[in-house]
Amino acid sequence: MTTVDAPVVLPAPPDSSAAPAAAGGPFGAAVWRKEDQRLAAGKGRYLDDLGHHALAAAFLRSPHAHARIVDIDITDALGVDGLVAIYTYEDLDGRMAEPLPLLIPHPSLHAPRTGYPLADGVVRHVGEAVAMVVATDRYAAEDAVERIRVTWEVLPAVVGLAAARAAGATVHEDVPDNVSAHMVQEVGAAPAAIDSAPFSLELKLHVERSASTPLEGKGVYARWDADDRSLRVYSSTQTSTSLRFALAAKLAIPVDRVEVVTPDVGGGFGVKIMHPWPEEVLVPWAAIRLGREVKWVEDRREHFVSSAHERAQEHTVRVGFDADGHILGLDVRFLHDNGAYTPYGIIVPIISSTQLLGPYKLGSYRVEFHSLYTNTVIVTPYRGAGRVHGCFVMERVMDAVADHCGLDRAEVRLRNMIRPEEMPYDQGLMFQDGRPLIYDTGDFPLSLSKALDLVDWNGFAAIRDAARAQGRRVGIGLAAYVEGTGVGPYEGAHVRVETTGDVVVSTGLTTQGQGHETVFAQIAAQELGVPLDRVTVTTGDTRRFSYGVGTFASRAAVMSGNAVAAAARKVKAKALGIAAEALAADVSELSIRDGEVIVGSFADEGGPRIALATVAVLANPLRYAFDEEAKRATQFATPAGDGPPVPEGSEPGLEATGWYSPIRSTFANGVHAAVVETDPETAEVTVLRYCVVHDCGTVINPMIVEGQVHGGVAQGVGGALYERIVYDESGQLVNASFMDFLMPYASEVPRIETDHVTSPSALNPLGVKGVGEAGVIPGHAVLASAVEDAEGFRIDRMPISPSELFELRRRNARGEVPSLRRVQGDAS
Amino acid sequence: MAEETFEVNLTVNGIPRAAQVPARRLLSDCLRHDLAQTGTHVGCEHGVCGACTVLLDGTPVRSCLLFAVTVDGQAVTTMEGCQAPDGTLGPVQRAFMECHGLQCGFCTPGFVTTVTAFLRANPDPTEEQAREAIGGNLCRCTGYQNIVASVLRAAELLRERAE
Repeated sequence: MTTVDAPVVLPAPPDSSAAPAAAGGPFGAAVWRKEDQRLAAGKGRYLDDLGHHALAAAFLRSPHAHARIVDIDITDALGVDGLVAIYTYEDLDGRMAEPLPLLIPHPSLHAPRTGYPLADGVVRHVGEAVAMVVATDRYAAEDAVERIRVTWEVLPAVVGLAAARAAGATVHEDVPDNVSAHMVQEVGAAPAAIDSAPFSLELKLHVERSASTPLEGKGVYARWDADDRSLRVYSSTQTSTSLRFALAAKLAIPVDRVEVVTPDVGGGFGVKIMHPWPEEVLVPWAAIRLGREVKWVEDRREHFVSSAHERAQEHTVRVGFDADGHILGLDVRFLHDNGAYTPYGIIVPIISSTQLLGPYKLGSYRVEFHSLYTNTVIVTPYRGAGRVHGCFVMERVMDAVADHCGLDRAEVRLRNMIRPEEMPYDQGLMFQDGRPLIYDTGDFPLSLSKALDLVDWNGFAAIRDAARAQGRRVGIGLAAYVEGTGVGPYEGAHVRVETTGDVVVSTGLTTQGQGHETVFAQIAAQELGVPLDRVTVTTGDTRRFSYGVGTFASRAAVMSGNAVAAAARKVKAKALGIAAEALAADVSELSIRDGEVIVGSFADEGGPRIALATVAVLANPLRYAFDEEAKRATQFATPAGDGPPVPEGSEPGLEATGWYSPIRSTFANGVHAAVVETDPETAEVTVLRYCVVHDCGTVINPMIVEGQVHGGVAQGVGGALYERIVYDESGQLVNASFMDFLMPYASEVPRIETDHVTSPSALNPLGVKGVGEAGVIPGHAVLASAVEDAEGFRIDRMPISPSELFELRRRNARGEVPSLRRVQGDAS
Repeated sequence: MAEETFEVNLTVNGIPRAAQVPARRLLSDCLRHDLAQTGTHVGCEHGVCGACTVLLDGTPVRSCLLFAVTVDGQAVTTMEGCQAPDGTLGPVQRAFMECHGLQCGFCTPGFVTTVTAFLRANPDPTEEQAREAIGGNLCRCTGYQNIVASVLRAAELLRERAE
């Protein structure tokens, strides 16, 4: 019999410390990260580690949520020592004076609006940039910002979804109902199915605002070479390739004269995929105008009030089901708060509406959303992007149906799950990439049963009873999700073998700590048969690779991973062709290991062989020798053959570019289970256990996968119990600091226990699926489920604070919040 | 009118350094921009995240909450000072690599300096003590589990080195 004693003793999670590469090659091994030789030594180069002598920019930002700018008086600022320039909207020229781009247009986004680099007469959220100051250092720039006097005509602010929907005031004069987008998707006839179902329920489910809050904010550093007519911009971004095109368009510079370099980035989590930010165009623009290097580094308060948020949605859900818990129809209507502008389109609510279905097949489904303007910071994807809300809705429905039917919550989920033999499974909707929502692979019942085993679902009744006997409240929760990963349209990679035998890999997408240098090197080393330590990887530098999309939607391993593999396979084929000629052998007799091409078996120690380094020399026929290796490739060093030195259809150099462009997304899945304790007096929620089963297809580096899951769970727990962005009714962000926006410390994040299922993707050669967001998606859902189980009444709004839970208890005691049907715990 | 400046003399990672700074110059900015020791990172500038933690005469402090002029004459140890003498990873840094105790690496300097001081006073901590020791530093990437493991591994490496 299991008993609870304070503290509850948790089983130790698997040891996550890593060992060097397995004998079978680096792919799939928990190798230590290559980037850590730099990052763990304090030798990383983040944005503000560059450009020590650049001029510094600072911004005057709106203190009002909605106001007209009557006058800007810079007189007092002009005397500040070190001041170089002050710019307002009036100074912007050409395309800089036009609105920022609408990145992702969509037919349902009928009233898109984007802001200007500097406000054009009207501000629509606290923090919107109004003037830019450039000075010799940041201290002086901020001195000048403080001395600029703005006369405002304050306008009514629209804050919160209710106010936005009521439209008593508007955010944009020409959008009278505050609605930017309205979208409906439908599979079957859900309203009719619900009306005719044996049972139905209506739920109102709310999720509040949160934010990515990477430890490093945004930052831009620009260098204009007036003589060369070229611009180099460093930005702490999730997309250097797209930023480059955006800058070329905005600044009217030929794209070939623009380079964008992403240095080491101190976290992104979505907020840095949005681009170009006002500062990203203004800093280069000022650098060009001034002919000086200019840098801007976002401070923490700026990040809170001017970088994107996410999550706020209110859902009204109707579900029809039978006595066995089979869902016959689901009708979801929700309001999405998109903030003041829609530069990133309606990707978040689209993901919510499609990923909501999770691992389940419903009899019918209808989803309708309105995306609404409010006088708050823009909303763009934050890790989990829309899926957190979708999963919360679906899983709350599962728990409600189970409770209504008197069935075990796990059993109801199982009964509604898609079976592995039904794969690929078409949900009949259009996904965020404009492609059909078709799940490629996955064994959802297996993920569920592993999670139930890991958390000991069936043994929990005894734990609950023991806790209750001690006057303690514990609860267990469950949540399943499916995540579309690796969205297109494409990524590419370039692989080159140097004449030293070193392999250099570059890809367009960027990295923010996910370990891409390591996993892409693992792929290249495996494909080419070279030692891992001979491979170096560059990401997010358009000087090295200028085509690409960016890092978001758990897509890097899928997209660039497969592109690296494709490029490496081309290089290998080329190497074998050259080696075959050099060794007078047939390609079919050759293989590569440890950087050598060998004829026949590796067991034959003395067999004919040629180093890949030598093949690289031979791959580039030379006229001029610049070093010892190069001499061997010059035109008199070897007897001339019959054909041209570079054969038809070939190219010089042992290098190739590879591409990966998927037909559609590949779908990862998982199930989380959590045990919580709620304090009977203070209503504080403590997470006692947190179990994760996830399936991201073939694993490239299990240590890194585990790390991604851990980090996601921490954000899930933070989002469910601690973090929220709070605006007051006038649109002031009242908790814009780490003192008040409660990111979890080590004391708040539970130990995370993990188990794995591997269902290789059917859509890409490596069989991989993304894992970046897996940890965070079910956080709200699983902890709501567990708190509800501990308390005995429904939890329908997240995050939940102790004071909110305390209030719910009082309302429950007064009969205003109904108790669950089950006494406590599941029927089983 | 030009701002008045003051000479500040610091011993940074064992090396005497001097900088001419205004009274309001933060220690974090002085280290990073005047002395080019960019291993110290700035995450919030209000003393909460801990990324800027350095050791002042051996004690962890938030360098974003100190003016450089107020620590004149004192010894500062930064992330760079936690490296091995040959510039490779020091024992605490190596432990973070081995245990995957960092992802983006931005908060890592604050953890490494904090853990360095902690392990001097507590060379053989329990897991609970290790978690407590890092309780004042924010990390947005790792979920802390591997950082706790890194602290324990660092203690092991330091003990091995001492033997």
